[in-house]
Amino acid sequence: MMMKPAIRAIFSRDSAADRVVPPSGFTARLVLFSAAAMSLLAVLALALALAAGRLAERWGSDLASASTLRISAPADQLGMQSDRALAILASTPGVDSARALSIQQQQALLEPWFGPDMPISSLPIPRLIEITETSDGYDAAGLRQRLAAEVPGAVLDDHQRWRKPLLAAAWGLWVLAAGIVLLVGGTTAAIVALATRASLAANAGVIAVLRNVGATDAYISHAFVRRYTVRVTTGASAGTLIAVAVLMVLPKGGDASVMTQLAPQGLQWVLLFMVPIAAGIVGFAATLWAAAQLLRGLS
Amino acid sequence: MIELDKVAYSYGGADLLTGVSLTLNPGSFHFLTGPSGAGKTTFLRLAYGALMPKSGHVRLFLQDRMTMSPDDLADCRRRIGIVQQDCQFLDHLSVAENVALPLTVQGGLNAAAQENLRDLLAWVGLTERADARPPELSGGERQRAALARAVIMSPDVILADEPTGNVDFDMSQRLIRLLVELNRMGKTIMVATHDLTLIRTAKTHVQARVLRITNRQVQSAGADL
Repeated sequence: MMMKPAIRAIFSRDSAADRVVPPSGFTARLVLFSAAAMSLLAVLALALALAAGRLAERWGSDLASASTLRISAPADQLGMQSDRALAILASTPGVDSARALSIQQQQALLEPWFGPDMPISSLPIPRLIEITETSDGYDAAGLRQRLAAEVPGAVLDDHQRWRKPLLAAAWGLWVLAAGIVLLVGGTTAAIVALATRASLAANAGVIAVLRNVGATDAYISHAFVRRYTVRVTTGASAGTLIAVAVLMVLPKGGDASVMTQLAPQGLQWVLLFMVPIAAGIVGFAATLWAAAQLLRGLS
Repeated sequence: MIELDKVAYSYGGADLLTGVSLTLNPGSFHFLTGPSGAGKTTFLRLAYGALMPKSGHVRLFLQDRMTMSPDDLADCRRRIGIVQQDCQFLDHLSVAENVALPLTVQGGLNAAAQENLRDLLAWVGLTERADARPPELSGGERQRAALARAVIMSPDVILADEPTGNVDFDMSQRLIRLLVELNRMGKTIMVATHDLTLIRTAKTHVQARVLRITNRQVQSAGADL
């Protein structure tokens, strides 16, 4: 069955041809509802995939450009070793900046675990130095060797240990969400194909009459394809609008949580509004296939 | 126009027709008789390509049905008007829309076709019932609507299966007169019927060949009709 005439049939408003197919109340509502529900799920899954992608990107870039130097030393040597480490870092190619965290900043970091009243200054906690890299980065192995020689209490953490599992988790979430989008698309295709087959089978008498009066199988098929494609696109548009409304009212937070960052950003909104078009294409292909199969069977 | 050459057809393992050969020449008028279940409807369905023969050849306008594509078959169907025994209609359309269906599936009705439709409905006496739905029609009205639908494309051949099966005597006489009129216009007609009165009426107006299905064969019915 030719695709081009079928595509042309979708956009041509042949009201007489549309009327040839009898109205099918229950099937129509079923397809409309299914398309709306599936599109709602697809939009939410797509938003999740986009959010996971953004998160992975942010974690990747933030952790990749930052390192931490931890200096553990007796209290009387801590200040001296910190100053020495800062001097080494200042002369290391690839280090953009380095700053020692103040007692207050370290206290703020530990506060979620120990509470605000912990006398942190009396504890032998290591001194932390935050390192920001240039885009080229530094030679971590070389820096470690130099620090080992000159600052014995220093431990360099270039975040590789954290970055890899976090990135893997974020990309895993992205793959999962993308898989859900594909699954929803496939399920939509299956539902539409089944509904079309059921509708065509229920209209075997109509098809016989149409064939007897000289209608080609393409004409019969296109009448059904047009109707179902319009229904799927309409249902999918409604489902997309509901999903977009849900995304817009979701609480937004400044932290790195996926759930508070679900709403797409910028041009990503456009991607969500492609869902009804994609659903229409899926519905068109599924109906065309189902109609061709069934009409061949009725020959 | 339509040729059956040594055609055999079986259904569910049982032979319904064997070695049937017949040619419907342009302008001819044929009656096909036989008892119920003899295979009259099967013969007509073979003749318009709705069934495939078990053996032999069915040729529609010189094309072999066995090698015909669905589109070729659709083309042939436009040249054959079919009046079925059960007069199938699309019940969600009006009588006028049903009669115009062959035109609709070919791309719609222009002004000339609309006028032709009005004339046709008047010819079969259904002007007043044009907007009715098929389930609202009487048996005779359904038969006339089916006949109007069969001829709206001005086909070369009209195949009618028991066109007077559900109507009273007066209506059957009226329908056969319509078929005779079409034959006089040059149309090839084949009517499957067991109504001998109908055949006798027609034979007073046209030269019709009467065939009978006996023992799965199509034979000439003889001069007694």
